[in-house]
Amino acid sequence: MNQTNASPRIRIQNVHKVFKTDDREVVALKDIHFDIPDGQFVCLLGPSGCGKSTLLNAIAGFALPSSGQILTGDKVVTEPGPDRGMVFQEYALFPWMTVEQNVAFGLEIKGTPKSEIHQRVTQLLDKLGLIDFRTRFPKDLSGGMRQRVAIARVLALDSPIMLMDEPFGALDALTRRNLQDELLRIWDEFRKTIVFVTHSIEEAIYLADRIVVMTYRPGTVKRDMLVNLPRLRDPADPEFNALKRELGQLVMEEQQRHHNAEMKAAAVD
Amino acid sequence: MAKNNKGSFLQGLLVPIVVIALWEGASRAGWINPQILPSPWAVLKKWVEYATPLKPYEPEAGSWLAWAFSGELIMDAIGSLYRVVAGFLIGAGLALPLGLLMGSSQRIYGLMNLTVQVIRPIPPIAYIPLAILWFGLGNPPALFLISLGAFFPVLMNTIAGVRQVDSIYLRAARNLGASQSTLFLRVMLPAAVPYILSGVRIGIGTAFIVVIVAEMIAVSNGLGFRIMEAREYFWSDKIIAGMITIGLLGLAIDLGMSRLNNYMLRWHRGLEN
Repeated sequence: MNQTNASPRIRIQNVHKVFKTDDREVVALKDIHFDIPDGQFVCLLGPSGCGKSTLLNAIAGFALPSSGQILTGDKVVTEPGPDRGMVFQEYALFPWMTVEQNVAFGLEIKGTPKSEIHQRVTQLLDKLGLIDFRTRFPKDLSGGMRQRVAIARVLALDSPIMLMDEPFGALDALTRRNLQDELLRIWDEFRKTIVFVTHSIEEAIYLADRIVVMTYRPGTVKRDMLVNLPRLRDPADPEFNALKRELGQLVMEEQQRHHNAEMKAAAVD
Repeated sequence: MAKNNKGSFLQGLLVPIVVIALWEGASRAGWINPQILPSPWAVLKKWVEYATPLKPYEPEAGSWLAWAFSGELIMDAIGSLYRVVAGFLIGAGLALPLGLLMGSSQRIYGLMNLTVQVIRPIPPIAYIPLAILWFGLGNPPALFLISLGAFFPVLMNTIAGVRQVDSIYLRAARNLGASQSTLFLRVMLPAAVPYILSGVRIGIGTAFIVVIVAEMIAVSNGLGFRIMEAREYFWSDKIIAGMITIGLLGLAIDLGMSRLNNYMLRWHRGLEN
């Protein structure tokens, strides 16, 4: 299922990741190999323990592969960097900075001139409906608002890639849908390559160009499929539901393996 | 809110008023020897006398303000306060960078921790003989002792504060491209501020205790010195006036600290975070 594209934005090449604890080794990722073309919206889907966050962290440069490599453009990933902005599930906003300061932080690090930072931050805050909150601290914001700030913080970097680790997992259903639509709008406008980790099948179908289903340990690619439904997608649509059933089956199998493995581990203990 | 504060302030006055009333009553009834425990009224009279300038105001001698502050009590309080602030700044100024280093680098922590843990339990009072031997009399030994008292609370809290910084902030900052120094100054330091400030508060408190002891021994002004001097003459009313001044100064410092705390931690939502 290799995507053929002139210059893939992200190349994941034979990636293995092994976690060692005192008494055993866990193979978190095994033989992961695929390219992500520029501008694609990819969802990594699977039950917990399938290594989807591990793969995302490897792309982000937080935890490098045990073997194999990941390239962005023609550069091998060796450390975290602003060319791969990350949106975390826990928001990870700096609580001692105001909304405005949070969004400006990446630009300050880059050494962007003050006036330009101000202009750019104002523009982004305006776009994300945060302009009235610019001098507030994160503690004063709702979860949905905080995640908007986190997204604005990444957008400010103007990086080609946006990594998202279950960003809407902690939000209520309504806020979640709201932010999903917002994200699609942003993706459309800024043409980012997005790698989005989720365990929600519906979320993956609603958002993605392409869904990569991963297996429970060792994490491998179980299915790599394109979603060809027109946007905005309707979760009540029959095609949407057919896809949901199909993916549900795949994820369920892995969930079952996860469950069995845990039962077995408990029996050994 | 303001009304509430006022209410609790009035409520807080209840106990002192009752205690002072009982004490005054017992003194007037002649149950207590005034040499041993003077009446509150006598203490108050002494306190006013102690605070009043010694000479009448003479315009040619200097400004009115300087004259108004020339009372013995005021001069003593300023002397003590100066030592607390200067000593605290020296102690905290040394503790903060060391704490940041020890908290963020396992190597430096391993190198310094044993030394710190051995020196920390030695009370500053125990350094008095050495302090006098090294620095002679006057302000230098006092400042040495006070800075020692302020040093360890600030150091320990800074280490703890840096160590408890949530790794998610470090990850987020590295993701944004932060260099090691940016990480240190813009993320670890502000994230540790709640801990550091509580260390500062304890440190000021310790400095305040140590200043009184240091003044009793090494210098010839300040509230601690004045209390010891009064003891020589059996001026128990002046001793108590001095003690109450210490209490009020301590309260004022703590209120100021609490204000600073509230301002600096306006982003903080408390234990939950």
